[in-house]
Amino acid sequence: MGQILVFSEQRDGKLKRVAFEALGAARQLASQTNATVAAIIVGKNIASEAETLSKKGADKVFVIDDPGFAHYSSEAYGTIIADIAKKEDTSLILMGATAMGKDLGPKVAAKLGGPFAGDCIKLECDAEGKITATRPMYGGKIISIVRSHTNKYQVATLRPNVFSVNEADENKKTVFENIDTLPDLSEMKAVVKEILSSANTKIDLTEADIIVSGGRGLKAPEHFALIEALAETLGAAVGASRAAVDAGWKPHSYQVGLTGKTVSPSLYIACGISGAIQHQAGMSSSKYIVAINKDPNAPIFKIANYGIVGDLFEIVPLLTEAIKTIKNEE
Amino acid sequence: MNIAVCIKQVPATESKIRPSADGKDIDRTGLSFVVNPYDEFGLEEALKIKEQVGKGTVTVISIGEDKTIEALRTCLAVGADQAIHIKDPALSGSDTHAIALVLTAALQKENYDIIFFGKQAIDNDSGAVGIHVAELMNLPHVAVINKLEVSPDDKKAVAHRQIEGGTEVINIDLPAIFTCQKELNVPRYASLPGIMKAKQKPMTIYSLNDLNIATDAVGAEKAMITLDQLSPPEKRTAGTALEGNAGEAVTALVRLLHEEAKIF
Ligand SMILES: Cc1cc2nc3c(=O)[nH]c(=O)nc-3n(C[C@H](O)[C@H](O)[C@H](O)COP(=O)(O)OP(=O)(O)OC[C@H]3O[C@@H](n4cnc5c(N)ncnc54)[C@H](O)[C@@H]3O)c2cc1C
Ligand SMILES: Nc1ncnc2c1ncn2[C@@H]1O[C@H](COP(=O)(O)O)[C@@H](O)[C@H]1O
Repeated sequence: MGQILVFSEQRDGKLKRVAFEALGAARQLASQTNATVAAIIVGKNIASEAETLSKKGADKVFVIDDPGFAHYSSEAYGTIIADIAKKEDTSLILMGATAMGKDLGPKVAAKLGGPFAGDCIKLECDAEGKITATRPMYGGKIISIVRSHTNKYQVATLRPNVFSVNEADENKKTVFENIDTLPDLSEMKAVVKEILSSANTKIDLTEADIIVSGGRGLKAPEHFALIEALAETLGAAVGASRAAVDAGWKPHSYQVGLTGKTVSPSLYIACGISGAIQHQAGMSSSKYIVAINKDPNAPIFKIANYGIVGDLFEIVPLLTEAIKTIKNEE
Repeated sequence: MNIAVCIKQVPATESKIRPSADGKDIDRTGLSFVVNPYDEFGLEEALKIKEQVGKGTVTVISIGEDKTIEALRTCLAVGADQAIHIKDPALSGSDTHAIALVLTAALQKENYDIIFFGKQAIDNDSGAVGIHVAELMNLPHVAVINKLEVSPDDKKAVAHRQIEGGTEVINIDLPAIFTCQKELNVPRYASLPGIMKAKQKPMTIYSLNDLNIATDAVGAEKAMITLDQLSPPEKRTAGTALEGNAGEAVTALVRLLHEEAKIF
């Protein structure tokens, strides 16, 4: 098997967890096939993050530390990765299935003429390095196994929160690699002008380990304060059903489900959400699901690990207090 | 302003989807099919821009079997001016590459200022074709847009796309490709006069030969990646219902989250 490249996503100079997850997956495949793992990091003021990549499993690290590349550009980042891939025999390119990865993965596959598998939840390869990927389709109603027929330039994006991260090897010396030429930014026809940060969450939904979501059962936008208080106590992100979003209680970026975000946190707490099939499409791969709903026949209870039939206006504040107490004891 | 919208026909979102007996495909019996919901946002945006500019045409394009013509007719009824249906037995089993190749050939027959795609087709959930076509056509793109403003001279646009914790605002030169996300607009429905008018609108049918693509350049044989096995997701079963009054239920829940799920 040729080398495995890991595109290590960072925002504001900090690597995302999913970069380490991709590195973990790469290391695992490499150990079966004797492949080398090279990481790529692009951004501004990121040199120290390169060392972290090395400690977490990269045999070498390509660093593009340049203010011109601070913002994401499909064309520029795509060209950098494709150029690096072509320098050596490259079998596989991995990255997270984030907003960036979902754009960059197909771009790189198209540039290199390789196969693409998006949003993978499991990845294996044969002795030659041809991958077999497990990925949900039809909004999670089907789990598919796709098989690549080439071991050259395969591109896969990995669903966040699914793959495990390697232990760091603190003694490892970082091997830096250089890039000969960078794409000419003046030729880019699509340029990020600015990034508007949403007042929204400190923790993004797709990356959150715990999510507390509210639905139509909240009855009014101000009652999301209950959800937010519980989320705050748990260090969780806040989500919403489509009914809550369509009512204008929360922006679409909060929506979980078929036409919103797909999440797989360790814990998903659904409050006043019936659990329609389209909502389930976005959250049914959560490790633990808790449902709080006053209707014992709500479909959400059919998939919840723990269910409380009751009034969320009573239950949620009690739960917040109980968790606060436990956390204070620890 | 000439705008193309690439659309795919997919099973309706509320469909129950099951694997076929051999596990190589889904069981299509009894399914109803619709225009991929994300492609509808593309069509709506195209119609809006055409109305704003006051001139131009909106062309919908789809690759698919005979049945696909229904999806194209729906788009004509909603307001598209013409449709292109690409069908060829050799296309069966094609991967993203082949689909992108064929769409590119069809798109290059005309000059389009903007080409819309859905952010993903809700059958394979891949999200690759639009970006792939952009690369093949050497056009800039913005994927997963939820807002678009075209400059009055039709030469530039500003697109918004959602990222984790924010929105990227992107300046882009036209011609360009956009893949559409919910929130971009609210798609209109077909009106009765629209449905009547659709019957008179042009529907062009292309085979691979019409597009100068060799039949062995596409299809299952050429696919670099193929579906091997489909299965239903692991079924989640109802877990523990926590009984008692609110206080007791919450106490039980916190204990389970702590001891069993080990969340905190
Ligand atoms: C094409 C398509 C795409 C869709 N995409 C999505 C999607 O991405 N995400 C999504 O969420 N939905 C989506 N939907 C909508 C989906 O079908 C449901 O309509 C929606 O999920 C319902 O939201 P809800 O559960 O908040 O509201 P409801 O179904 O109205 O449920 C509200 C629940 O709150 C409970 N409740 C009320 N008061 C209380 C109280 N005091 N205490 C406790 N419980 C209470 C009720 O018992 C009820 O179960 C989509 C639909 C379509 C057709
Ligand atoms: N067979 C097809 N015909 C026309 N457009 C397609 C086809 N398949 C995919 N597309 C377009 O590409 C988008 C993304 O599809 P996918 O990459 O398959 O998720 C869809 O939303 C459509 O706009």
